[in-house]
Amino acid sequence: MKDDRYEIRFGGSGGQGIILAAVILAEAAGVYEGYHVCQTQSYGPEARGGRSKAEVVISRSEIDYPKVIQMDLFLAMTQAALDAYFFDFKPNGLLVVDSTFVKQIPSSRVITIPFTRIARDEIGKEIVANIVALGAVALLSRKFSSENLEKAVLSKVPAQFKDINLQALHAGMKAASEVDLSHLPRSIISDEEKEV
Amino acid sequence: MTEQSTRQVLQGNEAIVEGALAAGCRFFAGYPITPASEIAELMSLRLPAVGGTFIQMEDEIASMGAVIGASLAGVKSLTATSGPGFSLMQENLGYACVTEVPCVIVSVMRGGPSTGLPTSPAQGDVMQARWGTHGDHPIIVLSVSSVSDCFDITVQAFNFSEKYRVPVIILSDEIVAHTREAVTLPSVQKIEVFERIRPSVPPEWYIPYEDNSRGVPAMAVMGDGYRHHVTGLIHDTKGFPTDRSEEVNAFQRRQFRKITNGFYEILMTKSFMMEDAEIAVIAYGSVSRSAQHAIIAAREKGVKAGLLHLITLFPFPKKDVDPVLRQCRSVLVPEMNMGQISREVKRVNLTSKVVAINRVDGQFITPTEIYNKLLSM
Repeated sequence: MKDDRYEIRFGGSGGQGIILAAVILAEAAGVYEGYHVCQTQSYGPEARGGRSKAEVVISRSEIDYPKVIQMDLFLAMTQAALDAYFFDFKPNGLLVVDSTFVKQIPSSRVITIPFTRIARDEIGKEIVANIVALGAVALLSRKFSSENLEKAVLSKVPAQFKDINLQALHAGMKAASEVDLSHLPRSIISDEEKEV
Repeated sequence: MTEQSTRQVLQGNEAIVEGALAAGCRFFAGYPITPASEIAELMSLRLPAVGGTFIQMEDEIASMGAVIGASLAGVKSLTATSGPGFSLMQENLGYACVTEVPCVIVSVMRGGPSTGLPTSPAQGDVMQARWGTHGDHPIIVLSVSSVSDCFDITVQAFNFSEKYRVPVIILSDEIVAHTREAVTLPSVQKIEVFERIRPSVPPEWYIPYEDNSRGVPAMAVMGDGYRHHVTGLIHDTKGFPTDRSEEVNAFQRRQFRKITNGFYEILMTKSFMMEDAEIAVIAYGSVSRSAQHAIIAAREKGVKAGLLHLITLFPFPKKDVDPVLRQCRSVLVPEMNMGQISREVKRVNLTSKVVAINRVDGQFITPTEIYNKLLSM
């Protein structure tokens, strides 16, 4: 059986909107792109602060185990989340960090984008950093059309904040589109390449 | 109520609400508690829109009382809670058992005992669901493992409850409750909904607890003109307290007989890759999903593994577990407790080896744990 699970983990701190970003991505995948999708989360009893983790598993076939087994993509919005949840990568999985907060990165295979700084400086509201990050994650996964992402965002945010959230989404997608993936070091080099 | 089926991303808790409304539930009384709060939250929005009633009660004792009262008044009723609240509901749950009042109780399991681990998954309340209220009593306990299950099983729970006049408990867990999945819910017109049988005789002929072939007496709605005495004491066919041994015996035996009569439909399980299985995993709730993933991986390594997924936990589905134990040389029971269902499996056991994976650290059992165990069995 061909296992085509694409597994994304979002890590951050309570109140950053990590779970909302995952919920929107699940909506885009399940309702608008027609994938099977499972979105799960784990968090502590705190309303703000503490570590928060959300996961999205996408597949063309039915999903049994609903959580991440091996990550294709991991977004870390804080140092604490990166330290805690940086494991279980698939070969050539992508690590994406918010370089506004994350300073110590355990791998050279990393995409750094200052999501919170973009939200603050370009959009004027730090609170939409999660949507900026969502735009980047969705683009890097290459699983979503920008039209479907917009629909999913609009279905989940209050009417008066629609414009600012769409702006944030596109800022994130733009930042990610400037990343040259071919320059990222590979996590595994095949034996043939080593011999050359 | 959604009239046409559309694809949507729902949480397990939200699907329970949709299932309850589709089954005709029009009353909810409860008290918020993680990880069950979304059920109350959504019910408070949805029930008034369909002419139903939502009450946030002062605690779970009162919640269960309100649910019983509403059901006696003829309205299908639901409450939802987690471990600490479920403990408080046990007293009135017993009252619902002895008075044969249909109602559905959702318990979303989290780490316990007591306040325990409010945001972590567990399956520690299996035996509480079966035996939490005192006295010898039959009860139906159903488990859910996915968002679509949450809808289907909730409808089924209401149907069993109405059909057999018995409280039905839905055991969910934090993972199923909070996982969002894309689902297309069936349209309401396509769902079989069962209503309790009401008296068709004139009020003066009505005998509220009169036995019949099904063992389930017709149930009058309070205020409809049918004399209907309700007591927690063991009662005679008229509903009045009795301690005459032949009446007590008839009452108690009927309680069990009516459920035994329904075994053909109440005992629900699903089989996955069981046809030629030599090793079986018996699992329920969210853990059955880890098991399914592990079984596919084990099959790729040449291990003939299969899954018996229990939906009904009580009455224990012996009729489906027994053949699995005869077929397989060993059986693995993974669960997020110290062995509440594996002990039930061992009670059925004939000769096969029953192995358990027990996890009580607030974490989900992973496919890898089950896979490694399967390869070593």
